Amino acid sequence: MGLRWRLILASLVFLVSLMYALPSVPVIGPALERVLPSSKINLGLDLKGGIHLTLGVDVAKAVSNSLALAGQDLRRMAQDEKIVVLRPRVVGGTALEFLLPRADNEAKLREILARHFPQLSVGQPQAGEGGQLRYVARFTQAEVKRIEDLALDQALRTIRNRIDQFGVAEPDIRKQAGNRIQVQLPGISDPRRAVQIIGQTAHLEFHLVREDVDPAKAVLPTGVVVLPMLEKDAGHSEGRIAVERDSMLTGEDVADARPAFDNMNKSYVTMSFNARGARIFERVTGESVGRRMAIVLDGKVYSAPVIRERIGGGKASISGSFTTAEAQDLAIVLRAGSLPAPVSVLEERSVGPSLGQEAIDSGVRAALVGAAAVVLFIGIYYGVSGFIANLMLCFTMLIVMAGMGAFGATLTLPGIAGIVLTIGMAVDANVLIYERIREELRLGLTPLAAVRAGFDRAVVSITDANLTSIIVTVILYQFGTGPIRGFAVTLGLGIVASMFTAIFVSRAIFEEWARHCGPKGLSI
Amino acid sequence: MSFTFIKHDTNIDFIGKRYWVYAVSVLLILIGIISAVWGNGLKMGIDFAGGVIVQVQFQEPVADEALKKGLDIPALPGISTQRFGEGGRDYLLRFSSAENADATHLRTTVMEALTATFPGNTAEIVRLEIVGPKVGADLTNKALSALYYAILLIAVYISGRFEQRWMAGAIMAAALWGGIYVAGLTGLGMGWLVLLALGITMAVCFVLRLNFALGAVVGLIHDVAITVGLLSLMNVEIDLNVMAALMTLVGFSLNDTIIIYDRLRENLRATPDLDMAHLINKSVNQTLSRTILTSGTTLLSTLALYFLGGGVIHDFALTMLIGVVVGTASSIYVSSAILLALGDTDFYVRLVQRKEQYERPGEHGVV
Repeated sequence: MGLRWRLILASLVFLVSLMYALPSVPVIGPALERVLPSSKINLGLDLKGGIHLTLGVDVAKAVSNSLALAGQDLRRMAQDEKIVVLRPRVVGGTALEFLLPRADNEAKLREILARHFPQLSVGQPQAGEGGQLRYVARFTQAEVKRIEDLALDQALRTIRNRIDQFGVAEPDIRKQAGNRIQVQLPGISDPRRAVQIIGQTAHLEFHLVREDVDPAKAVLPTGVVVLPMLEKDAGHSEGRIAVERDSMLTGEDVADARPAFDNMNKSYVTMSFNARGARIFERVTGESVGRRMAIVLDGKVYSAPVIRERIGGGKASISGSFTTAEAQDLAIVLRAGSLPAPVSVLEERSVGPSLGQEAIDSGVRAALVGAAAVVLFIGIYYGVSGFIANLMLCFTMLIVMAGMGAFGATLTLPGIAGIVLTIGMAVDANVLIYERIREELRLGLTPLAAVRAGFDRAVVSITDANLTSIIVTVILYQFGTGPIRGFAVTLGLGIVASMFTAIFVSRAIFEEWARHCGPKGLSI
Repeated sequence: MSFTFIKHDTNIDFIGKRYWVYAVSVLLILIGIISAVWGNGLKMGIDFAGGVIVQVQFQEPVADEALKKGLDIPALPGISTQRFGEGGRDYLLRFSSAENADATHLRTTVMEALTATFPGNTAEIVRLEIVGPKVGADLTNKALSALYYAILLIAVYISGRFEQRWMAGAIMAAALWGGIYVAGLTGLGMGWLVLLALGITMAVCFVLRLNFALGAVVGLIHDVAITVGLLSLMNVEIDLNVMAALMTLVGFSLNDTIIIYDRLRENLRATPDLDMAHLINKSVNQTLSRTILTSGTTLLSTLALYFLGGGVIHDFALTMLIGVVVGTASSIYVSSAILLALGDTDFYVRLVQRKEQYERPGEHGVV
């Protein structure tokens, strides 16, 4: 390639880099917003402050929940066909067990199963006491997979909804392998609340209370369960209450929920149902006047008011001993929908915004001091050539910044370390070339011939040496998480950029210089 | 103006003094092993072991003893405190158990304990990290996989590039991959698999006489072993940042090794009648200024990181500092010296005289 073309290409790269690097510069960026590309270097959470969460979705629980539902459906459908199916229950989280008291119904049951429950694979029945048949059914592999995927997707959607309600700028929520969800919330000041809102399942149900059953009794009648109850005005200590197992209505039918205050200035949550919910609610309250209705959230009874009259209009409220913030958060999770399966926090990292700023400050300081030391050292050691090497170093840094801006890469604290390290290692290519040129000059070559030979010979070594570093960088990127990826990106960009500036740009400059320097020789 | 540190005609007898360096290397590795097995042990950070770190910042500096005493309550099991950064206002609190660690609960407990101990001195939680055991195990596996793939790719690259034996490199990769796959079926942990991978790589390199690759891989293991040993001795926690530094130092040390190897190959072509020790000495001396300069500038910027980069990056910088020194030494005394032990000049001359299509003609020999 001709010298002129080299210089033109180098200038072009310079201009494009400048264009992509400038938006990330704090003062200049905003001023030139209209002309420059909008992509900026993102700051990682460790620099900006914020919270990083890895959530594990308990998909096994979702599978066992679906299995329990299938059991209830089966019983109801069998009932419609005048067959009695007894005690469907989930065993070990993966198998549904149920009893058929009359063996002569077997064929009919088979037909129901085949028609309505193709997702269940049912084993051969075993004969039990009194002519009963005991069945064990499991979901097919495909169904398990489907439920798991669905649960994960729904969890993702729900969490996204909840975070939207919470009002975080630029949240990052994504699925990860192994039923994990990664959530990044920059600039959150109260991580405690964020985790609570995200992690709360908020599975809302309405159950009728069974006053006739003593919750302390060991043996309960069928269809009755005992739930813990948060007692009003007694802090959050727990009592117990017996309720009917099947819920009348769940949170799925809640259309909206808002925090409110009663006349005692206590917080409660009002909610309105969708059309279906309103219809059911009206019917049930009409049928059960005088009974108590338990409002159950995540398996805990929040309140159990007495139904005084048929409640139309589709409105209900949950009172409990809420603080204002608790009522607000509860309203958020009710609005945003419930999580299909319990979600646990597997990893939490939160960084205060002040600490992030400190990290940026010290990182930038280290980078500046490191760069200054290297620039001084190289300048003194190589004279004018050192000056060129330093120019190349600045060019390299510009390309790194532009690359990060253009790709929307995230700058993390280790990323800053990567940049500082690049400053040290970027001069390697120049050093290799200069040492070669010095050798060639000592052999008595003219400056131009020495420059050419020096570059030619050094390029092989530079490529070999940097390729191994690039291999390491790629592996770090592939296997690293969060901040480490940031490190790999800056280091990788630094290596490639330093190769370009040292081999391509500085060669053009040197050849031009050697051509004009005459008998004085190169300052190298 | 311009300088030279190293006169161009220096001829230091590096290879002649190799036994001294071997002794130091062996000593350092032994110290590392002793420290790791019988001494402090390898302190795995919460990234890998799982656990809890809370960084608190006080309004005013506090006394170490008072802090330790104030936080030594049953609600906060297995706590250790460590001063962090300058000024005595920041402290790292570590808790041993991550099982069922509930961040909300933890925050409250820590804040209550701190308020009770230092009533007039408000503290703030500026950083909190909880890594559950599952995620810790995941990160460990990822880090070890990274090591494994690094070994694999680098070994293949070097055998292909330096010995023109891509086929042998491919055989080695297949052996490595197959070996690890089979070993993986036995349910061995990833740590053992990586050790196994190292063993297989070295054995295959030895059998196929891939001396350059063997030298590079042994040098790499040498660097990592010494650095990790010294980290254990200094009681530095191995976290993700340190892991990244270890990978970077692998890249850095390989850089150095390859520059010397490159020069050696050139010298093998130019003066094939010299004996191997001379050739290695010549190559190391010729690249010495470059080695010192590059290591020097890297050291400069690493020192800047170490002293100015702030607490979080401190261990990263420390690891790199050790690595730069050890890596530079190993390129000369381990990676190059192994070539001398494993073959004679003829063997290497034959190697480099294989097809040379990847280089431009007329590039070698005295111009």
